[in-house]
Amino acid sequence: MEIQDFIASIAELFEDTDANDLTADTRFKELAEWSSLIALSIIAMVDEEYDVALKGDDIRKSNTIQDLFNIVKENA
Amino acid sequence: MYNPFSLNGKTILVTGGSSGIGRATAIECGKLGANVVVTGRNPERLKGVFDELDTSAAQRHQMVVADLATTDGIDCLTAALPNLDGLSSNAGTIVGNKPIRFLNEMDIQSIMQTNTFAHVLLAKLLFKKKLLNKGASCVFTVSIGGTLSHVPGSSIYGMSKAALDSFVKYAAIEFSARGIRCNSVCPGMIDTPLVNSPTLTDEDMAIDAQKYLLKRYGKPEEVARTAAFLLSDASSFITGTSIVVDGGYTVNH
Ligand SMILES: NC(=O)c1ccc[n+]([C@@H]2O[C@H](COP(=O)([O-])OP(=O)(O)OC[C@H]3O[C@@H](n4cnc5c(N)ncnc54)[C@H](OP(=O)(O)O)[C@@H]3O)[C@@H](O)[C@H]2O)c1
Repeated sequence: MEIQDFIASIAELFEDTDANDLTADTRFKELAEWSSLIALSIIAMVDEEYDVALKGDDIRKSNTIQDLFNIVKENA
Repeated sequence: MYNPFSLNGKTILVTGGSSGIGRATAIECGKLGANVVVTGRNPERLKGVFDELDTSAAQRHQMVVADLATTDGIDCLTAALPNLDGLSSNAGTIVGNKPIRFLNEMDIQSIMQTNTFAHVLLAKLLFKKKLLNKGASCVFTVSIGGTLSHVPGSSIYGMSKAALDSFVKYAAIEFSARGIRCNSVCPGMIDTPLVNSPTLTDEDMAIDAQKYLLKRYGKPEEVARTAAFLLSDASSFITGTSIVVDGGYTVNH
């Protein structure tokens, strides 16, 4: 499980944010286009690609993409 | 005693009777004097509701375990039914909160099967087999979701409800030949096991509840009493329409 692949999958869910601007340290909820739809999309993407059922609470307590990735890894 | 809202002597079938809104409707109908037939899949939960039904006016109740997502289940249920004066059609499900790009065919089929097709096929059989008495009332639990409110991640749920709401109007027209009334109830968020989605935090739910004029989600009893009104003779001139029970959510949006 590679963080680079995870970042690429997250980047897919953003329309206006340049994929090259996303890194493990990006505070994803502070991006201009952050929305409840993107939050739901992250949960659905992680379910589909990693077979991990994230909760809304996992999104709430994560700040960076790395934080999210760590939760996915712990539960995979 | 004068009470046009009474359900005394009426026999009413309540689907989705093992939980939430259906459970509350079954209990309310029993208290208003009806003989209740409750149905659901989970035998323990269903028995629990059956045992709670009021019998102080010598009502006779019945419980039938059936999976309405299958033709067999609908056939078994209708085979076990007495003649009815009312139907409260509640069986319903939700599959996560999935944005459209993540939908798969299974999700779509299973939601449509339970939330739309099951209600349509049951209503059809009840009418065809003449299990609904003349002047009976059918009440379908739809939702503001898909009819009046559209939030991301609930497209198939909303679609299943809008389709059912449309069907109710056709049923009102065709079933009027026997004086049978058909209406829907459209609840906003109601505190039941259905809305405990893991994708939402408690904080999300608290913020959402503030969008309701009454600053809270509804209780199953509040939907049940609306259904009971539509099942009673107090609503004898109401058919082919829908009652919104949403604490002022849609008027505020
Ligand atoms: N809660 C809300 O905020 C809300 C808002 C608008 C509309 N609604 C609608 O209200 C209805 C009742 O929902 P609820 O909130 O009371 O949910 P709930 O507590 O989860 O109850 C759902 C009921 O449907 C039954 N059911 C589900 N699939 C079934 C199947 N295949 N065959 C037979 N029975 C089935 C369940 O019985 P078993 O598990 O025993 O099978 C249960 O009794 C649903 O149609 C829902 O869409 C709810």
